[in-house]
Amino acid sequence: MFYTINELVEQATLDFHGSVSELMIQTEIELTGRNRTEIFQLMKRNLEVMKASVELGMSDTLSRSGLTGGDAFKLNHYIQSGKALSDVTILSAARNAIAVNEYNAKMGLVCATPTAGSAGCLPAVLTTAIEKLDLSETEQLNFLFAAGAFGLVVANNASISGAEGGCQAEVGSASAMSAAALTLAAGGTPYQASQALCFVIKNMLGLICDPVAGLVEVPCVKRNAMGASYAFIAADMALAGIESKIPADEVIDAMYQVGSSLPTAFRETAEGGLAATPTGRRYQKEIFGE
Amino acid sequence: MKTLKFQSVFDIIGPVMIGPSSSHTAGAVRIGKIVSSIFDDTPTEVEFQLYNSFAKTYRGHGTDLALVAGILGMDTDDPAIPKSLEIAHERGIKIYWTLHKDSNAPHPNTAKITVKNAHKSISVTGISIGGGNIQVTELNGFSVSLNMNTPTLIIVHQDVPGMIALVTNALSHYGINIAQMNVTREKAGEKAIMIIEVDSRNCEQAVKDIRQIPHLHNVNFFK
Repeated sequence: MFYTINELVEQATLDFHGSVSELMIQTEIELTGRNRTEIFQLMKRNLEVMKASVELGMSDTLSRSGLTGGDAFKLNHYIQSGKALSDVTILSAARNAIAVNEYNAKMGLVCATPTAGSAGCLPAVLTTAIEKLDLSETEQLNFLFAAGAFGLVVANNASISGAEGGCQAEVGSASAMSAAALTLAAGGTPYQASQALCFVIKNMLGLICDPVAGLVEVPCVKRNAMGASYAFIAADMALAGIESKIPADEVIDAMYQVGSSLPTAFRETAEGGLAATPTGRRYQKEIFGE
Repeated sequence: MKTLKFQSVFDIIGPVMIGPSSSHTAGAVRIGKIVSSIFDDTPTEVEFQLYNSFAKTYRGHGTDLALVAGILGMDTDDPAIPKSLEIAHERGIKIYWTLHKDSNAPHPNTAKITVKNAHKSISVTGISIGGGNIQVTELNGFSVSLNMNTPTLIIVHQDVPGMIALVTNALSHYGINIAQMNVTREKAGEKAIMIIEVDSRNCEQAVKDIRQIPHLHNVNFFK
């Protein structure tokens, strides 16, 4: 079992020939008593749901509240027009993240990674990486186990709940673990993966959770798109050999400290930030009539 | 070994659920589902009392659809969740809602559910504590504390001597270890409730044996 990123990197490197996914699978067997076959079956089901949510989310219908919907569809057309300014890989990841979170808002079936509000990042990064890196099914499952390993350390040492730690804990964690898994999928080492995780969290520190009308829609959908794009840039930086001056475990500790210091208005209560803007409040009135 | 809040890769990658909110949708389905398993019969009437955040935001999060879906026995990943109200209507189940927007309920996401048919009536209060995790805080007027993330047996029985011994003997016969146990009753000699958290997910045989014990009203096992 690993409690810190340092332990994760060390154990994966020394005991599992650099395989974070294998370390995660062995730890899962140890902690839950599930066998390898069961663990793979569960993860395969999660993978299927993630892929389906990207596909089914690409529609132009609206959510129950009417706040979100149709943006993945728009971005898809824009990418196909060939006029995109940024790289198509990153833009596709952003599009896929929007698709999943729009689908989530429409009461679609998603896999919480780590939560429903941040369910877009990881599937978006994975589905885009599948195309870019031509990942086999085994490599796709390994991607998810590796992401889960990094996510576990963040969850146990900081937080993955917006009500506890703000959006940095949700989209921040989702994007960070996606970046780490992506680094490994592209052939990076566990240490390089930990650096990619650092780069994302450092840029997400302090991000508040301020859902308009208390709904998992605005700004959650677009934040997932940005989170997915960060994962690619962070992974590229790590693969280029760039290192974080602050060690990963200290970065995660800073995330915890920042999260606990956030006023409650910025922790999923819909009383601060974008939720408290005049327009945010107007939407709340229109949707809930109060 | 340190005690960790999260012990499984599937706490991070998962659960698979109908959106949009793990606390207001997935948690609500799970509360409804527990009520439905304890009731263990077809209801004709269900009353939902929603408190605070549940009362204020249920429409946007589909909390109403989720709770009814749970009552109909659906899981958090059932694609029919958005259609649950129509399904309940087709089955002739009457649904009533009471909203308490500014109550002093101890948790912001609280639902009290009363389920009835011609033969019986039960009430359960559940809270959704985040990430799809829930707790049951009241059962038929009994104050309880159920986390539902470990395998749990809920047994409703007559308060007569020897019941605990009979149940625990059945568990020990199959080598099932008890992690925690909670016993409570309305009044001496009346209905009592036994809540047993166990370490094993394979309790089917033991549950069959327990069902044979006299003076026992209802046995439910939650994996």
